[in-house]
Formats: sequence, structure tokens, C-alpha cells
Amino acid sequence: MRQSGNILFSGVGGQGILLASELTAYAQLEAGFDVKKSEVHGMAQRGGSVEAHLRYGERVYSPLIDPGTADILVAFEILEAARYLPYLHKDSAVVVNTQKILPPAVALGKMEYPDNILDELTDRGIKVVAIDAFAVAKEVGELRTANVAMVGAMSNFLAASPQVFLDVIDKKVKPAFREVNKQAFEAGRKLVYN
Amino acid sequence: MAFDDNDNKLWLSGNEAIALGAWEAGVQVASGYPGTPSTEIMGNLVRYEGVYGEWAPNEKVGLEVAIGASFAGVRAFATMKHVGVNVAADPLFTASYTGGRGGLVVLTADDPQMHSSQNEQDNRNYAFAAKLPMLEPSDPAEAKAMMRTAFELSERFDCPVLFRTTTRIAHVKGVVEKGERVATKPASVEKMPAKFVMLPGNARMRRAEIEKRMAAARELAETLPENRVEQGSGRRGFICAGTSYNYVKEAFPEAPVLKLGMVWPLPEGMIRDFAATVDELIVVEELDPFLETHIKAMGIDCHGKDLIPSQGELNSFIVRKAVEPDSVGELFAPLDLPMRPPNMCAGCPHRGIFYNLSKMKDVFVSGDIGCYTLGFLPPLSAMDSCVCMGASVTVAHGMSKALGEDGMGKVVAVLGDSTFMHSGMTGLLNAVYNESNATVIILDNRTTAMTGHQNNPASGKNIKGEPAHAVNLEKLCEAIGVPRVRVVNPHEINKTKKVLKEEIASPDPSVVISRAPCVLLPEMVKAKKPVYFTNLENCSGCMACVRLGCPAISWHPLTPEQAEERGYTKKQKGYAEITEVQCNGCGQCAELCKFEAISTREEN
Repeated sequence: MRQSGNILFSGVGGQGILLASELTAYAQLEAGFDVKKSEVHGMAQRGGSVEAHLRYGERVYSPLIDPGTADILVAFEILEAARYLPYLHKDSAVVVNTQKILPPAVALGKMEYPDNILDELTDRGIKVVAIDAFAVAKEVGELRTANVAMVGAMSNFLAASPQVFLDVIDKKVKPAFREVNKQAFEAGRKLVYN
Repeated sequence: MAFDDNDNKLWLSGNEAIALGAWEAGVQVASGYPGTPSTEIMGNLVRYEGVYGEWAPNEKVGLEVAIGASFAGVRAFATMKHVGVNVAADPLFTASYTGGRGGLVVLTADDPQMHSSQNEQDNRNYAFAAKLPMLEPSDPAEAKAMMRTAFELSERFDCPVLFRTTTRIAHVKGVVEKGERVATKPASVEKMPAKFVMLPGNARMRRAEIEKRMAAARELAETLPENRVEQGSGRRGFICAGTSYNYVKEAFPEAPVLKLGMVWPLPEGMIRDFAATVDELIVVEELDPFLETHIKAMGIDCHGKDLIPSQGELNSFIVRKAVEPDSVGELFAPLDLPMRPPNMCAGCPHRGIFYNLSKMKDVFVSGDIGCYTLGFLPPLSAMDSCVCMGASVTVAHGMSKALGEDGMGKVVAVLGDSTFMHSGMTGLLNAVYNESNATVIILDNRTTAMTGHQNNPASGKNIKGEPAHAVNLEKLCEAIGVPRVRVVNPHEINKTKKVLKEEIASPDPSVVISRAPCVLLPEMVKAKKPVYFTNLENCSGCMACVRLGCPAISWHPLTPEQAEERGYTKKQKGYAEITEVQCNGCGQCAELCKFEAISTREEN
């Protein structure tokens, strides 16, 4: 079992990154690790790129993942996966949601959304798992669970048992949304190896 | 399960931990103004029993409220972001003379890297300048524990104690252990004029006390547990504080470290002893060479900013690379990708104002601090200056005076309701008194939106969301003496344009109140308006809606062949489309569309 690791979450403000990183943090705490997580609030949340850094181990000092040391990147949008390339190393695993959210310059017709940008990661030997988290969320009947489906997919790369995550959802998600979130987690988890 | 409310161990952000620490330290009165990265402290603190907390209209008011509570003998707390201390500096520097009765802690949340700020000033310099002790924690657990130390030191040395955090303390989550609240004292009135009335005669007496207490604080620093040496191996030692400590521990886990929890005054003996045990001493700190300068002034040789960057945040990679450049490997180079800057939300009322201002190319827009500062970004590009809270009004007035007759109809100020309450009002008073011809636009979205919807004196609610008096902005402006006060609904683009043109052309000072609630306010989300969709057949590709820069509207370019395939003329360069799940139903785009291509499903 890995004794320490760095998980980077990236996406666009409003995609539910904070909840996803929070569930993951609780699961790692439950697994007995020291955990630190760093977020940025304020100006950074208005539809711009957002990131959360999560580090776990026996004793974690720095709340920030260094460039070149993210073991897992959980990207909620394709461009926001490619943007964090300098944080990755050749053995990193990237779980990316295949959603495209057009940045302003693209929405205004001034620039183009780059095609096949994930090839830039795979060409460098990085393992990329692309999943349609929205489709999973639609299937379970609640669009707002796409973030938890992402956590499910990502959980394949952690030693913590899926039950730990399900317990965390039981404890930390409002009763009305517990079941759909657990379903989204399980469905997301299955997407990686099925 | 661990880390739930019944457990002693909690998973808290630095700001949540500080709120808990303040409560455990027996704080009874707290006041502050929202500002990233300090905001969540006050929001969390008011949830505890036995604490009165409030949002003040600005940081000077907040600190003075806390000073009053300290004068009444209870522990008091003021919170603000780094630039807020500039606003509160006036009472701060003299509270250093008066001291208080109950402990007084002033929290400054600094923002290296300027994630959400207009500058990255290093507020450790305030501790030196105001002659006050300053504590700086390295993580949430330490932040909680240090709150108690801060109050003890404040009472011991009879002065405010500064408590500095940075973004990587405030918005970092970590494991924190819950404790008990200390016994609190009842408030009382005690007249101590020689201490509290800062006339020159009294102030000179107090000035001498400052020197005595700082000497005593310097002595205590030598044994304060928050300052500690962590033994290690090797001949290279580090001195660090705050989050820089974390980066040193990650980059050089074996090295000896002198960790300072109190960053002012400094423990000279401890530093001298530590320096003597190593061959090479490196001070690692973000921003200014604060520790380095004072250590060098002691005659101790050290490295600092010759190696460590003085701009932006650090991390352990930067520290390792600065100290041992050959030890870091190659990184994957960043890809050249379209940037994704923040943007005003879909349905944001500010957009209607900035759209209109974007069409007035010869008008200088003097802006201010808030979500609306994003009106600077393309495609609206309708902000020409932004300095600090409240400066929109005063800068506009100064420009209009400099320009004289030529400035008529060429200068407007734009600021939000909370910013107007903070420090825009006094500028408006000046503009009227001194006969400005500038127009002031108050973007009244009923909240302090940027920092996460804090109430303010114009919202009609207090910090807990309970009903409170809402200042009437129209009457306030009239009372100040503004001869022309107009109210517009910014979502009505054409009506707003007419009013703006009239007021900007007027030679008298005028105020336009642009009133529409923030779309993200919970009551607005609940009462969600019908969303708009694009009837693609009618889209002529004129781009009128695209120029709003709404994140719910996308432009799809077409080749002549593609245009024909879709039934458009060959000349049509593309079409615009609304992403319905993102639309918040403001209707600004529908008003701009001349081809009946945008409507709600109901209208259709």
C-alpha cells in the first residue's frame, strides 16, 4: 500500500471540485493518513480554472503539490487536464472527464479549442483514463453527481477500499442526495476497469 | 467515524481553526470586514455560543469596535485581509500606545501570489512599524493553538497582538484537535484616562511603556515554545516561519531548522546560538526579506533573498531549486492553451452596466474592488482603473478636476454597494462638496458577492442573516447632497443606456443606482427565472449577444459551405448559441437580439 501521495484536482469553478476533494480527503483520513488540502477562494472561483491540492502520508507538512509530483490528476474538464501537465510525472495517472467547457476566448470565436489535446499526455507516457462523468450522472438520475462519479473512477488508483468512500458519503452528504451519490461513485468506479 | 462533530479531532481549514481558537481563547466581541483570504473566520466564529460577531462596513470600523470591547475588559478580535490593515492602520498604531484591558488580537490575512488581491504587501512590516508582537502559524492545528497564545501575550504586554496568516494557512485544511473554552470575564467600565486618552502628554508616557514591553517581549521570545529549534544533521541550517516552514521540512527533511512562531520581536539569542551551530544559514521566507533584514542587522551572516524569490508564493520545489539547483529534475513543459480567467457569472447584473459602458469609448471608467472588477476583461473591456476599496469615486473626481471643462461627460466611477458602504461614501461627500461633474454608478446587488455573499449595511440582514436595518441608498445620496439620483434595472439594457447617457452628460454630480440582486444569492437561485434558448434558424450571426461575454453564450464559426448546409447565407460567419443549463434567465441577450432568435420556451 502506498504510504504517501499527491492528488491534484482541477477543473472550472462550479464543477464540484471542492466536494470531490473533500470526500477523498475524508477517505484518506479514515485510512489512517495525515492529510493536508489546499484550495483557493475568492476571485479564482468566478468560472476560472480552479484546483485543489491533496497530500497524504504519515506526516504531511506542505499543503502544496510540487510541480512534477502529482501521482493522480483528477481533471473535470479536458483543457484543465492538459493545463496541469507540468505537475505530472511519467508514472502519473490522469482521470479526466470528457466534458468540454469553452474558455472565454474560444466562446468568443477568437481561439479554437485544441483537438486531441489529451494525446499530449499519453505521448509522454502518462496513463490517461477518460470518462464521461456526465453520462454516469445522467444514468443515476442526478446531474450534480458527476463530481462523485469522478471520485469513483479515481478511487481505483488508491489503496482505500470503496467502502471507506461509501461510508464517507453516508456521513458527509445530505440525506436526500446520499443514495444517488453512492450510485454515482460505484458507477464511476466500474468505468475504469470494466 | 472520526472527524465528525462528536470527535475531538476535526478536519478544519485554517480559518475554521482560527475561529475555534478564538472561541476557545474566550473571545467575546469580534468585528471584521470580508476579504479573501480572511472571510471565513468571522462567518464561523458567530456560530459559537458566547461570542458577539459582526460585519463592520470597513476594517477601521471593525478594529475600533474590537478596541472598544477590549477597553470594556473582554477579549476582542478583529479580522481583515492584508490591504484591510492599511484601512485600519490609524487605530492600530495608536492602540499600540493605549493597550486595552481585555486581550486584543488583530488578524491580517496576507495573499502572496495575489490570488484575489490587488497587491502582495507583506504585513510583517506592520509589526515592526506599529511596535507590536506578531505570531504566524504554519498550519491549521498551529493556528488554533496560537490564538490562545496571542490573547495571553496581548494581556501580558498590554498591547494588541498581530496574527498573520497567508492563503496557504487560511485555505488549507488539516487535522485540528478541539479544546475547552477558557473562563471569560464579565465586561465592566473602568476609567483609565492616562492610558486611553491619547493627548500628547499621555501619549508620551505611553510611548515609554511601548519600549519597556517590547524589551520584555523580546526576552520572552527566547523561551516561547512557539519558537523552537528542530535538531538535524548537516552543516546547513534554515530559519523560517509560517508556511515557508512546511516547504523547508519537505525539501530538506534532515536539516536543522529554527522555526519561529513569533515573527516579531525576534529572539536574538536563540538566532545567534542557532547560527553558531551551522556553517551555512539560510532564511526562507515568502515576500519581503523581513527576517533576513533583522537577522543581518544583528550582525549575523545569512543567505536569504539572494537565493529565495521575493515575489509570489513558495513551495518545496522552489525552495529546493533555490538552495540546490542541480537537485531538481526536468519538468514537463506547459502546453500553449487558451487561458481560462474568471468571468462574471451568467445572469450577472453588472454585465448590463459594463455592456453599456463598453459602447462609450471616450468615457474613462474609474473602477473599484469586487466581482465587477472583471468588467475589465474582454469582450467588455470597460474598466480603465482600479486601485483600492472606494477609490473609484475619488479617482474619478480627481480626473474630472484635472480635465476641467474637457472632462465633462468623460469620467464615471463604478463601485458595488458593499464597497460604497466601505469607503465610497466619503468620496461621494467630497465629490458633492467640491462640485465634481463625474457620475457615480453604484452596482447594488444587495450583497458582498466576491467574498461569498456577506451581508452589509445595505443588505437588510446582519452577519447571521437576521433582519437588520437596510440603509436607503437613494436617501443617503440625497442627504449627502447629490442633486441627481436615478435608479435603473441593469438587465434592461436600453433603458439603462438612456439614463447613463443623460447622467454622464449632466454637469452636476450624479449617482445612478444599478439595482438587481446577485444571481447566486440563495433566494435568487431558488426563484430561478425561465432560461433562454437560441432559435438557431433565426440567428443571423450578428454577434450582438456574444459581445456581452456571457459564459452561457458560445460562438460557433462556420465555413461558407457549413453555413449553407445549415440553411444560412454563405456570408454568415457563424452562429451563437445559449447553453441552457448555464443560463440564469437575465434576458440581456434577448433584448439585444434584433432577429427574434432568443426567447424563453414559454414565449416561444
